[in-house]
Amino acid sequence: MISQIKAAGRNALRTGMILLIFALVATALLAFTFARTQPIIERSQQAEMLSLLGQVLPPALYNNDLLASERSVPADDLLGTRQPSSVWIARHGEAITAVVLEAIAPDGYGGNIHLLVGINVDGTVTGVRVTAHSETPGLGDYIVRSKSPWIQQFVDKSLTSPAAKRWKVAKDGGAFDARAGATITSRAVIKAVRGALDYFAQHRAALIAPPAAGKDGQTEETAPVKVEPARDATPVKENSAR
Amino acid sequence: MTMNEFRTLFQNGLDKQNAGLVQLLGLCPLLAISNTLINALSLGLATMLVMASASGAVSGVRHFVPHEIRIPVFVLIIAALVTVIDLLMNAFVHPLYLVLGIFIPLITTNCIVLARADAFASKNRPLHSVVDAVAMGLGLTMVLVVLGGMRELAGQGTLLSGIDLVFGEQSKQFVLHVLPNYQGFLLAVLPPGAFIALGLLIAAHNWQKARVEQRVHAAAPVPA
Repeated sequence: MISQIKAAGRNALRTGMILLIFALVATALLAFTFARTQPIIERSQQAEMLSLLGQVLPPALYNNDLLASERSVPADDLLGTRQPSSVWIARHGEAITAVVLEAIAPDGYGGNIHLLVGINVDGTVTGVRVTAHSETPGLGDYIVRSKSPWIQQFVDKSLTSPAAKRWKVAKDGGAFDARAGATITSRAVIKAVRGALDYFAQHRAALIAPPAAGKDGQTEETAPVKVEPARDATPVKENSAR
Repeated sequence: MTMNEFRTLFQNGLDKQNAGLVQLLGLCPLLAISNTLINALSLGLATMLVMASASGAVSGVRHFVPHEIRIPVFVLIIAALVTVIDLLMNAFVHPLYLVLGIFIPLITTNCIVLARADAFASKNRPLHSVVDAVAMGLGLTMVLVVLGGMRELAGQGTLLSGIDLVFGEQSKQFVLHVLPNYQGFLLAVLPPGAFIALGLLIAAHNWQKARVEQRVHAAAPVPA
């Protein structure tokens, strides 16, 4: 009896050891592959982010390293965010020319629609792109640039042009086209873009005044930042490194 | 490995035991990703790659795996291989990864991979196992491609759309707009369309099989 239990125990131990060895080998394999691929993956993710940002900002507007300009802003109803989101600050020379906000349209037909909204300091939209969505394929996905140019109609729009009450689809008496049969999607995107513009209008001072970021000790800039738009002539030293 | 064994394995994988039409295994990705031909082809080939490496690995270690823990060990091997392939694809074919990204981890849960590991690779030599996995994967890819083609044609009136995501911008000219000015047929793009199209494919396969059997019966000498 005792010897039987002993034998069973030994067997279980042996089986467990084999499983452990397999787990260790698999973990080692994963760790090795991860370590080898991680730098490459990070680089392509950054390139991807940069190309997305480049799509919402005209290249003439900025010459700084956008990825390095990323800042975090707390969640806000106007942006539709529940968690802190990112803001990228575009500069030309030392002058801030535009910002890119992350916004979420929570009332899409299939749930959240994630957007990047580029806003010029003068309050006009420089570009909008959808970064993630779950709208109906073939029907609601016209908001994606690769499927249709619909999203381009936001370019150069602002809170005053069209007037605030015309930030709606044409069907509701607004200034924006919508695809028949998928109006919910357009309504959600229009509302979110307008929300981002409202957010920018309310937080304009904080967003484009870099010293505010310096106060919480997070600034990476060593040179004192002067917000004087008229200083285009100064050579752009600290920004030229890419 | 003889020519004959080789042929049997491929006959099983492509026709008699076809994963998509006969065994009805691995339907989750089959139905989820077969909305365009290119998506279907890419995921089919990725699944085949995973199956081949998983079957080879399982077959290689089959003598060291006690019977009671074979399933956890096989799942471990498959999951590790899928993750490795996921990372490699993310690093080296990033654009394709963006399209297939969320479906690659799904291959782990594709029961055809585990089914072949357990039913075939754990009892056969590595070479046989890899060939069997490739045959099974090819069979699945074929079904996926036909299904993807049917759904894309019925749903959007095109073929090969999205090819530029796999082969680069210049291949965009290969997209075939078979039905110009097509309004689109949403049902074909959505999951129900996948079920209906798969049902039609299975029916066609069964009909073909029945006809072959009938011909064999007719050819056989009628007993007096």
